[in-house]
Amino acid sequence: MSNAAARPVADRLPSPARPQARAGGLVDLERAGPGAPADADVAPPPAPAPRACKADVRGLSFWYGEFQALKDISIPIAESEVTALIGPSGCGKSTFLRCFNRMHDLYPGNRYEGEILLNPGGVNIIDRRTDAMLPRLRIGMVFQKPNPFPKSVYENVAAGLRIRGIRRRALVDERVEQALRRAALWDEVKDRLDDSAYDLSGGQQQRLCIARALAPDPELLLLDEPTSALDPIATARIEELIDALRQHYTLVIVTHNMQQAARVSQRTAFFHLGKIIEWNDTEQIFTNPKETMTQDYITGRFG
Amino acid sequence: MATDAARLPGGIDSRRLIGRARRVDLAFAGAGLLVMVVAMAMLMALVLDLLVDGLPRLSWDFFTNFPSRRPGRAGILSAWVGTTLVMIVTAALAVPLGVAAGVYLEEYAAKNWITDVIEINVTNLAGVPSIIYGLLALGLFVYGFGLGETILVAGMVLALLTLPVVIVATREAIRSIPQEVREAAFALGADQWQTVRIYILPAATPGILTGAIIGLARAIGETAPVITIGALTFIAFLPPAPIQPEFPFLSFEWLNSPFTVMPIQMFNWISRPQPEFHVNAAAAGLVLLAMTLLMNGLAIYIRYRIRKGMR
Amino acid sequence: MATASEATGALGAVPRASMQPSGPFLRRRRLVGRLVRLVLFAAASFSVFVTVGIVYILISESLVFFGHVPIVDFLTDTQWTPLFANPRYGILPLLSGTLVVAGIALLVAIPAGTTLAIYLSEYAPVAMRETIKPLLELLAGVPTVVYGYFALLFVTPLLRTFIPGLPGFNMLAPGLVMGIMILPYVTSISEDAMRAVPRDLREGAFALGFTRFQTATGVVVPAAFSGITAAYILGMSRAVGETMVVAIAAGQMPNLTLDPTEQAATITAYIVQVSLGDLPHDSIGYQTIFAAGLTLFVITLAFNMIGFYLRRRFREVY
Repeated sequence: MSNAAARPVADRLPSPARPQARAGGLVDLERAGPGAPADADVAPPPAPAPRACKADVRGLSFWYGEFQALKDISIPIAESEVTALIGPSGCGKSTFLRCFNRMHDLYPGNRYEGEILLNPGGVNIIDRRTDAMLPRLRIGMVFQKPNPFPKSVYENVAAGLRIRGIRRRALVDERVEQALRRAALWDEVKDRLDDSAYDLSGGQQQRLCIARALAPDPELLLLDEPTSALDPIATARIEELIDALRQHYTLVIVTHNMQQAARVSQRTAFFHLGKIIEWNDTEQIFTNPKETMTQDYITGRFG
Repeated sequence: MATDAARLPGGIDSRRLIGRARRVDLAFAGAGLLVMVVAMAMLMALVLDLLVDGLPRLSWDFFTNFPSRRPGRAGILSAWVGTTLVMIVTAALAVPLGVAAGVYLEEYAAKNWITDVIEINVTNLAGVPSIIYGLLALGLFVYGFGLGETILVAGMVLALLTLPVVIVATREAIRSIPQEVREAAFALGADQWQTVRIYILPAATPGILTGAIIGLARAIGETAPVITIGALTFIAFLPPAPIQPEFPFLSFEWLNSPFTVMPIQMFNWISRPQPEFHVNAAAAGLVLLAMTLLMNGLAIYIRYRIRKGMR
Repeated sequence: MATASEATGALGAVPRASMQPSGPFLRRRRLVGRLVRLVLFAAASFSVFVTVGIVYILISESLVFFGHVPIVDFLTDTQWTPLFANPRYGILPLLSGTLVVAGIALLVAIPAGTTLAIYLSEYAPVAMRETIKPLLELLAGVPTVVYGYFALLFVTPLLRTFIPGLPGFNMLAPGLVMGIMILPYVTSISEDAMRAVPRDLREGAFALGFTRFQTATGVVVPAAFSGITAAYILGMSRAVGETMVVAIAAGQMPNLTLDPTEQAATITAYIVQVSLGDLPHDSIGYQTIFAAGLTLFVITLAFNMIGFYLRRRFREVY
C-alpha cells in the first residue's frame, strides 16, 4: 500500500544533525549526521571507553505475590557493552530484565526490594517513589516476539518520539531514518515507509521493533530473547546488528542460546533459580568458569 | 521523588513530560468514572421516579382489579394474568426449538454453506427490530393463518424474538463442555444422539437455563410486537382458565382468547392525559421492573451456582 | 438373542457375546439417530424460514401498497398523512424522526460508551470490572416502556428547566434516554474488541514510555478499530429499531424537521399508532405499515450486515 507520492525521507532532510552530547559528557562524534552512515564499512570501532557503570544493581529481590523470583542480585552493567544473561528456562533472567523498565508494574501483586541505580544521576529505578515512566523514557526494550503497532513503518518508529513531545517534522524524519539505519533496516524500507508494519517479514518486523526502541535515543537497550522467534538468517543479521549497536548504546540481552551469548556479549551472567551464580567477562565464563554449576550448564549437563 | 534525573537526550525535561502525561492519564480516568457515575445515576433516578410515583398505588386491589375508566379503580389483573399465560406459550415454543437448533449447530452441523446460511440467519434475526416480528405475526399468523389476535399468536411472536437468544445460549453452553467428555462417550460405544442426550445436554442445562431465562425476561418487557398483532388494551375479563373443573381438566381455549399484557397496560395508561393514570402506569412499571429483575436475578444466581459447581 | 459362548469375558461369569448389542438394537438406534438428526436440522433451518417469512410478508404487502402509490412519491414526498382525507405518502418525515432521535442517542452513547469501554479495558482493576458489567446489563434489561415513562415524565420536565418552552412531546428527551439504553451495547462490544488486542502490543507501548491513556488511544483503539466500529453500527441499528420510548415521549405526529425540540413520529411509532387503531385488513392504511416496516427492515439489515462483517474481519485478525 505504498504511497507513490511520498518522497523518501532522505529528500526531506534540510540539514545534517548536530552531534549529540551524552549526558555523561562524552561527545560521540560517530553520530554526526546522515553524512556518516552507521553501517558503512569504515575502520573497526575504537576500543570502548573505560568501563563506566551504566546501571548498578544492588541487592535486588523480586516477588510475584508470594513467590520470590529474584534473590538478592547484585551486578554492575557496564556502559557501551553487551551484557548477556543466560540460564535454564524459568531461572529469572527475563524477570530480572523486566525490572529495569518496571514492566512488572503493569500487573498486580509484584514487589521489589533493593536498588537499580541508573547513571548518570543515580536514580533508583525500582524505588516506589520513582515514577515508572522515568526509566521507560530512558530505557528501551525489544521483545521476544516482534510486536509492531498496527501502523505504518514510519509511525512505528516515530511512536516513541511523539510521546516525548518531538513534533517538528524535520526532526522526526531525521530520527526515524537514523534509527532505521542503526537497525540495519533503512535500505529495505526507505521506499515503503508508509506501508503497514505487518507487511514486513518476521525478521524485518523485529528490526523495526529495534528501530522503534532506538529512535528515542535510549541510554540502555534491553533485549528479551530477541531472536528466539526468528529463522537462522534473520537471527544472524540481528546478531551483527547487536555488535554494531554497541558503539552507541549499552545493551543487556537475555538469551537461552549460549553460543549467541558467547558471540555477541562482552560480559555474561549465569542465572539459576533466581540468583546469579556467576558473572564475569564472557571469555572467562565460557573458558574458565569459577563455579561448577556454571561449568555444568555450559557443557550442557543440565538446562 | 528520588534524585532528579538528568535531562533526556534532545533536551527534553523528563519531569515536566511525565507530569503532563500523568495528568492527562488521570483526567481520562476521571472521565471514565464520570460516565459510570452518570449512567448509574440515571438508573437510580429511573427507579426512584417509579417508586415515588407508583409505590403508594400498589395494593391488593391493584393486583386484583381489572382496568377501569376510573383510575382509582383500575388494576392489572388481566395484564399480569395475560403476561403469565403468554410467557408459558413463549417458553414452550422458544426453548425446545432453540435448544434443538443450538444442539444441531454445535454437534451435528458440518462446515458447509448450508450451515453458514443458517448461522448468518440466526445472527441476523438477533438484530431485527422487534416491531418487524410484530408485522410478520400480523400478516402471517393473524391473517395469513387466520389465528386471530390471541394469546397463541402473542406467544408465537415473542418466541420468535427469544429464539436467537436461546440458540446462542445453548451453543455457548455446549461449547464449554470439554472435548474429553465426548471422546469418553464415543469410546464407550455411544452414538451421537446418546452422547448428546446423556452427557452433553445435562451438563449444558444450567447454561441453557440461564440464557433462556434472560431471553424470557426480555420478552416480558416487549411491547411493540404485541401491540402490532392487535392486543387490545382494555380487557376487562380473563381468558378461560387452563385448569377446568370438569373432565378433561385441561383446556386450551385460553390460547384462542383476546388478552393484554403488562407492558401494554402500562403503555395504555401513560398514553392517557390524566395524571391519575400516570400513577397507575408507574405502579404497573414497578411490577414490571420487579418481574424483570427477579428473572434476571434468577439467571445470575444459576450462573453463579454453575461457576461454583465447576470448581 | 445372543447365545452363551464358550469364551467368557473378563467379567468372569458373564459370557462375552451377551455384552454385545444385538442387530435389531443397533438398527433401531441408527433409525432413531437419523430421525433425531432430521428433527434437529429442521429446528435449525427454522430460522431461515423466519427470515423468508419476514421478507415475504413485508414485500408482498408493500407491493400492494406500491400498486397504489408510486415509489418515487413514497421516497420524496415531504408529508406523511395516510389517514387523512387527502392522503400523502412520503416517508421522509418518518425517516427524519427516526434519524434525529437515533442521532441524538448515538451522540450520547458513542462518546460515553467508548470512554467507559476504554476505562474498563485499560484502567479498571478486575474487581471493578466485575461489578460494573452486571450493572450495565441491568441498564440494558429495563423494559423499554419504563424508559418511555421516564423520558416523558422525568426527563422532559427536567429539560424544561434548561430549555423553557420545550413541548411535552419532543425528540430530545427520548433521544437522550435511548442513548442511555444503548450505552451498554456500545460499551460491551467495544470492550470485547479492545480486550482481544494482544498483551504484547500494550507492553511494547508501555516499554516506550506510554501512559495508559496514550496506549489506549495510540495503540489499542486503532488495533480494535473494526470491532469498535461494529459496536457503533450495531448500536445505530438498535436505536433505529427502537419503538416504545419514542412512541411514548416523542408524540406521534409525523413532522419533517431536524429540530429536536419539536415532536415527531418515527417509523416504529407510526406502526404502533396504526396498530392501536382499527384499520380494516385490506385498506391502504393497513398496507402503509408494511411499507414503512420494509423501509425499516432494509435500513437495519444494512447496518447489521456491515456490523457483522466488521466483527468477523476483526476476529480473523486476532
